[in-house]
Amino acid sequence: MEILAFEFPAAAEKARRAHIGVVGSGDLEILMDPSTDAKTHAKIQTSVAGFATTWKAVLERFLAQHPEAANIEINDFGATPGTVALRLQQMVEVSRS
Amino acid sequence: MTFTPTLSKDVLELSSRRSYIELNARDRARQLLDDGTFHELLGPFDRVESPWLPIQGIVPQADDGCVVAKGKIDGQPAVVIAMEGKFQGGSIGEVCGMKMAEAFRLARQDNEKGIPTRAVLSLESGGVRLQEANMGELVIAEIYAEMVALRKYTPLIVVITGPTGCFGGMSLAAGLATYVVMTRQARLSMNGPEVIEQEAGKAEFEASNKPFVWSVNGGAQRYATGFADVLVEDDAVAITAAVRDLFRKGQPAQLRTDQYELFIKRLSSLDTSKQWTGEDIRNAWKENAQ
Repeated sequence: MEILAFEFPAAAEKARRAHIGVVGSGDLEILMDPSTDAKTHAKIQTSVAGFATTWKAVLERFLAQHPEAANIEINDFGATPGTVALRLQQMVEVSRS
Repeated sequence: MTFTPTLSKDVLELSSRRSYIELNARDRARQLLDDGTFHELLGPFDRVESPWLPIQGIVPQADDGCVVAKGKIDGQPAVVIAMEGKFQGGSIGEVCGMKMAEAFRLARQDNEKGIPTRAVLSLESGGVRLQEANMGELVIAEIYAEMVALRKYTPLIVVITGPTGCFGGMSLAAGLATYVVMTRQARLSMNGPEVIEQEAGKAEFEASNKPFVWSVNGGAQRYATGFADVLVEDDAVAITAAVRDLFRKGQPAQLRTDQYELFIKRLSSLDTSKQWTGEDIRNAWKENAQ
């Protein structure tokens, strides 16, 4: 298991709370809360070590489209970058519903 | 020219059905409660997760795989506890087990205070979580004690639909329930097929032989041999209706656990020198119906 932490600049607009996913094989759970310091903080616990660069790239691509300030916590059980991107997208939809 | 699809009645019926098996634990709890009454207790944002898994290099889940929700069933106060089978095989660790035991305890206290509170447990579980073995076993003992205390006040309904099924400690919890609802896809057994094969060999139990496994511990067999009270299709609406109807039925004449003399009689009629099939057991049960 590896624990990663990233910090990104964010828009003034705050994200809304959302929870999505499951810590099951090839899947992940995401908890999103609004951030109070106009930054987006991401904390990732992943069962697969050694993919920090990939995580950073997937998150950067996501945040380019959704810059709302958020605290994002991810519990990952070996999801592929594609699955991660889909779950992030789903989280945004849930937060807006 | 217009194209008129000619789908069979079976296909149309299947396509209009909403699967319960495919729902996650949270959606199962929401499904079993009356519309708009779902209120989760100790949800993911409360972050009451297993402190033991990360120490052992395993990623935890924010709700520890157990969803506890208050709401109403058929207009009456109710608590629904749903296990998430995809997280650590629905295993019972300290946190998720304690959430379950405390939910039962609070439901009993509400009943004692004159607030009739119903209880449903939707199980997907491989049993105790090996990484938290001792604490898991202790909390399972608490769950049993609370179930026995609570079922005096209200029918306590266990729902087992699969795909994981219900094994180990939680299979005994199912045994303590007032009523058990199962689907054909579900399995209910103390030891899982792989465990039996590993311990006793392929001749005793062939875990890869699915028809054999289901003929022994599948929902249809469990229903036919009196370990389950209702056999339903994998249909969220039908399962919700089955639970509601059991609450309407109220307390049974006799709890399954009070029928131990009958079960002992049936078990002692079995000739253990030969391999029994599911059908043999159904027949033996019929011969010892009383």
